[in-house]
Amino acid sequence: MSLLTTSSQTVGPYVKIGFESFTVVELAPPSVSGERITLSGRVADGDGKPVNDAVIEIWQANALGKYAHPEDAQDKPVEAGFRGFGRCLTDAKGGYRFTTIKPGRVPGPAGAPQAPHIVVTVFMRGLLKHLITRVYFPDEAANAEDPVLKLVPADRRATLIARRSPRDKAALEWNVILQGQDETVFFDY
Amino acid sequence: MNKAREEGIITSITGYRRPYFATQPAYLYPGYRSTLKRAPTQPLVFLPHTLSEVTGPVFGYDDVKPTDSDLTRQHDGEPLGERIVVSGRILDENARPVAHALVELWQANAAGRYRHAVDDHDAPLDPNFTGVGRVLTDGEGRYRFVTIKPGAYPWRNHYNAWRPAHLHFSLFGLGLVQRLVTQMYFPGDPLLEYDPMYNSVPDDKARPRMISSFDWETTIPDIALAYRYDIVLRGRDATPMETSRS
Ligand SMILES: [Fe+2]
Repeated sequence: MSLLTTSSQTVGPYVKIGFESFTVVELAPPSVSGERITLSGRVADGDGKPVNDAVIEIWQANALGKYAHPEDAQDKPVEAGFRGFGRCLTDAKGGYRFTTIKPGRVPGPAGAPQAPHIVVTVFMRGLLKHLITRVYFPDEAANAEDPVLKLVPADRRATLIARRSPRDKAALEWNVILQGQDETVFFDY
Repeated sequence: MNKAREEGIITSITGYRRPYFATQPAYLYPGYRSTLKRAPTQPLVFLPHTLSEVTGPVFGYDDVKPTDSDLTRQHDGEPLGERIVVSGRILDENARPVAHALVELWQANAAGRYRHAVDDHDAPLDPNFTGVGRVLTDGEGRYRFVTIKPGAYPWRNHYNAWRPAHLHFSLFGLGLVQRLVTQMYFPGDPLLEYDPMYNSVPDDKARPRMISSFDWETTIPDIALAYRYDIVLRGRDATPMETSRS
């Protein structure tokens, strides 16, 4: 038997009421191991205007590179209290912010381990289906060998790499630019 | 290869099927004006389904309360409007139930007004209706909400634009690439043919699958009418890809 996936529709302008009671902006309680980071930035539309009605969801492995999911068969422990999921609604300035830990490396296709990354899903009014993208880490030698980053045209890879704040080493900044000069790379998933 | 697998060096990842042609809307759909400044303009980059995409957040019964699925019992008083039961199954493309999937719902009240600061439609709020629900599917992928039939509402997309009555649905499957947000419509709604959202789906057979069906079997006598709405998430591809365990 074969069915076809239900069609996607936009979250529309009132997504906030649907999602605000289930937002997760702090992913890692103190008991969870790993390098603590904040990931923050803003979402901007084709006019460079802040998008104040977007939802950013993130999905990541723990510091050891293990996903809290039954299909991650790696012989590594999951950590109690770390689901690896975050959801943030953008504020009036289009801003979002998560506090989490830097994920470890997870396996990729054809044997190559992937560079540390966080998978990002973006919803908003005006998107008939959600966007999927990824955030990678700055100063990470593994980025050069990452099997997914390699698929991205070299001149656009920088849009997927967070910047470290000059004031705070643990603060990573990464923006979602929907259109234009510095348009973020989005994936065909 | 088998030896490698036993030693935990190789594991196989089975990706998910890509959407069937024209069953999903394009990002740019000028009939829906907000897509013009928000749809990506650069080519999308093909994403292989790695461990990061076939896994995804796992939810449990701790994430939902029993009152989350009955939107008519979230306040001291009864909301106004026509009580309805909305139920169905979450399946994948291989017709396998998606068990313990998180289903989120949000909607306008019976008058077509959302409890949201930017909704300035001149229709009354209902102090007894929030319009937000959440439920986990059971082992057979079944879900059930009790709610109020939402009203149609005007929007500013074009002259005299009205959205057909709809419920917003958000679903998490087993894998991140099964994630889906959609809208459920009601049978016989004359506004559907004028609605850019509904009509953004090119495939003639795919569009009506967003319309629920009236379901006598699940009505509650003397209390509520009922609609059935099954949702299909992506199914697994047939062939696994080899991946090393790091
Ligand atoms: Fe709506």
